[in-house]
Amino acid sequence: MVPQEAYRPDAGAMTTAIHVRGLTKRYGDVQAVGGLDLEIQKGEVFAILGPNGAGKSTTVEILEGYRKRDSGEVRVLGIDPQKPTREWRAKLGIVLQTANDAAELTVRETIRHFAAYYPMARDPEEVIAKVGLTEKADVRIRKLSGGQRRRVDVALGVIGNPELLFLDEPTTGFDPEARRQFWDLIKGLAAEGTTIVLTTHYLDEAEALAKRVAVIARGRIVAAGDPATLGGRATAKAKVTWADGLVETDTPTRTVLELSRRYDGEVPGLAITRPTLEDIYLTLIEAPE
Amino acid sequence: MTTTAAEKATHTAPLPSALALGLSRAAVETRMFFREKDAVIFTFSFPIILLVLFGSIFSDQFKGTGITVSQVYTAGLIGAGVMGAAFQNLGIGIAIDREDGTLKRLAGTPMPRSAYFVGKMLSSLVIALLEVLILLAIGVFLYELELPTDVSAWVTLTWVLVLGMAGAALLGIAASSIPRSAKSAAAVISMPFVVLQFISGVYIPFTELPPWLINISSVFPLKWMCQGLRSVFLGEEGARLELTGSYELGRVALVLGAWVIGGLVLCLMTFRWKGRRDG
Repeated sequence: MVPQEAYRPDAGAMTTAIHVRGLTKRYGDVQAVGGLDLEIQKGEVFAILGPNGAGKSTTVEILEGYRKRDSGEVRVLGIDPQKPTREWRAKLGIVLQTANDAAELTVRETIRHFAAYYPMARDPEEVIAKVGLTEKADVRIRKLSGGQRRRVDVALGVIGNPELLFLDEPTTGFDPEARRQFWDLIKGLAAEGTTIVLTTHYLDEAEALAKRVAVIARGRIVAAGDPATLGGRATAKAKVTWADGLVETDTPTRTVLELSRRYDGEVPGLAITRPTLEDIYLTLIEAPE
Repeated sequence: MTTTAAEKATHTAPLPSALALGLSRAAVETRMFFREKDAVIFTFSFPIILLVLFGSIFSDQFKGTGITVSQVYTAGLIGAGVMGAAFQNLGIGIAIDREDGTLKRLAGTPMPRSAYFVGKMLSSLVIALLEVLILLAIGVFLYELELPTDVSAWVTLTWVLVLGMAGAALLGIAASSIPRSAKSAAAVISMPFVVLQFISGVYIPFTELPPWLINISSVFPLKWMCQGLRSVFLGEEGARLELTGSYELGRVALVLGAWVIGGLVLCLMTFRWKGRRDG
């Protein structure tokens, strides 16, 4: 008889997309990742935030199977990325940071060609429409703008109908309108049940897309959770400012009532603010060891 | 329940075969090559211009053979052209693929890695064959080069070209790991190739070369490929122009075959899917 407990890790693997325990990676003297833990569930949109050089890209590239780790336990869709199989790769979509390849092929040729790599690819025409490149389908990639090229990258990331999609700083260099369109695209994929791991520098992007975020600094996760409550954001003191004063308080409503009485009605220049995700983020990444 | 069933169906469908994807890569690689005007001109024009140039300058005959210098050049430049299309083109092309993200992107897909190499080899075969046809046409129409009439010469031509191309292509794939960046690739790959042409009897007959240089060139495939090609196009009379008085076809096959195997081993041992800056 096999004890019931023996089956538990498998039951967990059914719902866990990414499991990381004690991940470390060192480049020469630099400890890029120093004991990182991460758990991402299937169907989640998860954002990884962090300054350049924090270990963000190294971590993601280890998860994608591009880099070898020094130590730690890593499972991505139940597989060790250091021993990738074609079947495993077929379930993954990867949108890399920068690429200038296939410049002489048209959008349609490139997407059709990549579709052939996957056992159950999406319809190339549908994907082209989804990323908004229908009008550019027969244009060579070399002639596209930066934002259009990025959409080709995304199209190639999703053409294989992935269970898990990695997006590495996907909207860098986008204008605000293109970013909104891109967000809609990602929300659509998430609604279809695709697990999405996003790294980004833009905190509004993380807040708009992700249910959970993790902040990486100095090779570790310094905070993780719902962006609305990250780092005690929801319970942090509110800041009440007015024409000639400033108070940090847990009870801003009472402060405003008192002020209203003092000024006999309208308080000049009144504003109540709570820390933004950016405030929290900056505190987290600047905190000493 | 339906979603899990659909999910299962999605990922139990068979993966596309490596051969089919290799052919698909070959089609895409060839198309990309011919759209990149710079590369097309760079690859094709060099041997063509040199053939026309040398053929026009040296129009004498070798005494008592009925063979002209330009015919010897045609045979030699076909060899050089094949090596340019295979070795030089792949050596530079793959160094660029490594830097512009092609290799990294492909490595992240379920494409079997062998499909990439099959694609590169086949596309360089197409390019090399086209180059051979152009040079042959120039040789036949301008320099009275005679196409072989017997079957055995055509058989020789086929195996010399196939072994020569395969060896040169594998050597090119291996050499692509040497340049530090795509920018330096053209110089790093072309320099040894130009030197090799000068010491392998493409431009300068072996009778004019010191033995130590001949010893060096005898290690590499170009000398043997050109020797095999001369046997096809210059016939029995031409054998007297060879150093040993014979085309040594057995040795040609041996050396070219050894380079195919050695090139393959070298590729497997040294190939990098990542650029140097990718760590």
